Amino acid sequence: MADQAVFADQAMEFAPQLYSAAMRMTRNKADAEDLVQEAYLKGFRSFHTFTEGTNLRAWLFRILTNTYINKYRAKQRRPDESDLGDIEDLYLYKRLGTFEDASIGRSAEESLMEMLPDDEVKQALEGLPDNFRLPVILADVEGFAYKEIAEMLDIPIGTVMSRLHRGRKAMQKALHTYALERGLAEPELDPVGIDAAGQENH
Amino acid sequence: MDACDTPDCNETLKELDLFLDAELSDGAREAIHHHLDSCPDCLSAFDFHAELKQVIHKKCQENEMPADLLSRIEKCFDTDFDSDGIIG
Repeated sequence: MADQAVFADQAMEFAPQLYSAAMRMTRNKADAEDLVQEAYLKGFRSFHTFTEGTNLRAWLFRILTNTYINKYRAKQRRPDESDLGDIEDLYLYKRLGTFEDASIGRSAEESLMEMLPDDEVKQALEGLPDNFRLPVILADVEGFAYKEIAEMLDIPIGTVMSRLHRGRKAMQKALHTYALERGLAEPELDPVGIDAAGQENH
Repeated sequence: MDACDTPDCNETLKELDLFLDAELSDGAREAIHHHLDSCPDCLSAFDFHAELKQVIHKKCQENEMPADLLSRIEKCFDTDFDSDGIIG
C-alpha cells in the first residue's frame, strides 16, 4: 500500500520526540520503547485515516498519548488531582525570584538553568499524577497548543488550562523542595513559611 | 515583587500562562507588552516563568534514543507491507 510507504518515509523523523515524551510518561526505558513501537505500529496500520496536509506530528502524539492512557494508566493507580493540594500562584517565583541578588554577575535566568539539574526537573515532572503530567509534557516539553492537547486528551480546553496551571505549580513546589535541600534557597525568604520538608505551616 | 498588586498587575498576571503559551490574541498580547514595558515587577515575574518554561522544555528531553529502536520499528513496517494485517 502506497500509503504505508509514505508513512514509513515521513513519520520516523518524529521518533526521538515521541521517545522523549514516552520516557516522561512511562518513567522507564523498557516501557517507553514498547510504547513508541506500539504507537508507530498503530499509526502505520491506520495511516489511511490520516488527513493529508494536517499535522502528522500531532497525529502521532495523539496515538502515543491514547496508547499510553489505555495501556499504562489503568495499572498505575497513582494519586489523583485532589492530592496535589492547593498551591499558591507564582509559587517558585515568590521563593526564588530574588535568587539573582545572591549570585553576583549572573542573571536570574542563567541561575535557574544552572541551578536545576536535568534529573531534578525530570523527577519534578514525573512526580505529577497523569492528569497533570500529560498536559505539561504536551505543552511544555513538546510545545503543542491548548486546542491540540484538548483533542489528544479528549478534554475541554478549559480543563487543559487548569490542569496545566496546577501541574506547573506542583512542579514548582517540587523544584523548590530540591532547592531548599541543596541550600539554593533560604527558608526564611519564604513568605508563608515552609519547613525543610516543604510542608506548609498552616 | 510586592509592588505587583495594582488592578493592572493582577489582570496581567492572570494572563501569564496564556501569554507564555502563545495562546493570546494579538490585541491581548499587545496589552500585556504595554504593561510590561512600564512595570518591572510584572516583567520580572514573566521573565522568570518564561525561563522556567524553557528549563522544563530543555531538561525534560531525552537526548538519546536507544540505537536499535528505529530499526526495530522499521522492521515491523517491512513485515506488514504485504498488507496481510499481521505484523512481525
